Amino acid sequence: MSDAVIVVALLLVAACATAAVAQRDPARQALVLSVLGLFLAVLFTVLQAPDVGLSQLAVGSALTPLLIMLSVRRTRRRGRTKEGPE
Amino acid sequence: MNRLRLWLLAVGGAGLTALLVAACPGLPRFGGRSHPYGERAVRASLDRHTANTVASVNFDQRAYDTLGEMSILFAAVLGCVVLLRQARDEHRARPEPAAVARPVRRYALIVLPVALVTGLYVVAHGQLSPGGGFQGGVVAATALHLLYLGADYGALERVRPLAVYETSDALAVCAYLVLGLAGVLAGTAFLANTLLPYGTFNTLSSGGAVPLLNAAIGMEVASAVVVLLATFLDQAVEIEEKQGS
Repeated sequence: MSDAVIVVALLLVAACATAAVAQRDPARQALVLSVLGLFLAVLFTVLQAPDVGLSQLAVGSALTPLLIMLSVRRTRRRGRTKEGPE
Repeated sequence: MNRLRLWLLAVGGAGLTALLVAACPGLPRFGGRSHPYGERAVRASLDRHTANTVASVNFDQRAYDTLGEMSILFAAVLGCVVLLRQARDEHRARPEPAAVARPVRRYALIVLPVALVTGLYVVAHGQLSPGGGFQGGVVAATALHLLYLGADYGALERVRPLAVYETSDALAVCAYLVLGLAGVLAGTAFLANTLLPYGTFNTLSSGGAVPLLNAAIGMEVASAVVVLLATFLDQAVEIEEKQGS
């Protein structure tokens, strides 16, 4: 039974990671990354490592996507102001 | 040149693959019953009345490793602050308050206190249940930023005086070092968990120095994440390049 749960979690992680790589827009990639963080947290919890799961949930699905989104916003804004005045 | 690089990569990759494949048969079987290191770690953590073995490994048996990890985070945040500071050809523009959708505002303001308390709970119960300073610190720090979603950037800046968080980051690192040095002064070893009484098993005050080190890490991580997000938010929202530069 628990083996089946591990397999399902592994498959979800693999599918989500592939989706993150296949997605080309960085802003959307950040969102997919956040879902991937959630699945990884589930996988770690299923493998009896709730401490790592919690870290993954906090960093992987909240902090990293947030930092990526902020960086994307910054670079897009810079592009706009450079083209703007002309 | 490019071909050479590709060849080098291919040779290195093939070598690594071969070594990894050769090493795999030597691994213990998945889900086996023999855990020599785990058994010793659990015995040592029970000896010192720490219910969460992972916390005992992180803050007692391998507290020195955690010191290294904490320094990495501290140095990384310091580097971000230096790199993302306001440059000479940039200026600050006050971001205009934007309208927030009512459900977003309601949800963010309801979740904020819950998330903050959850973060502090996870820090405080690190020695008893999964979690600890790192996890709880990140949760508490990101919870604060729900204010940016629910209200606006100005509101977030008011509850987040940056200097306070920068100081508390450095203070928390010092606290960890001082807790370690206390062991040396008492005649044992750096970061040795022998000073404080171990307390009653499975209560908040058990585990000797583990809860204190946990709290120091929680304070360090929470302040570091707040400072990190603040420098990124500054770049994304406030700092602008001068026109015509």
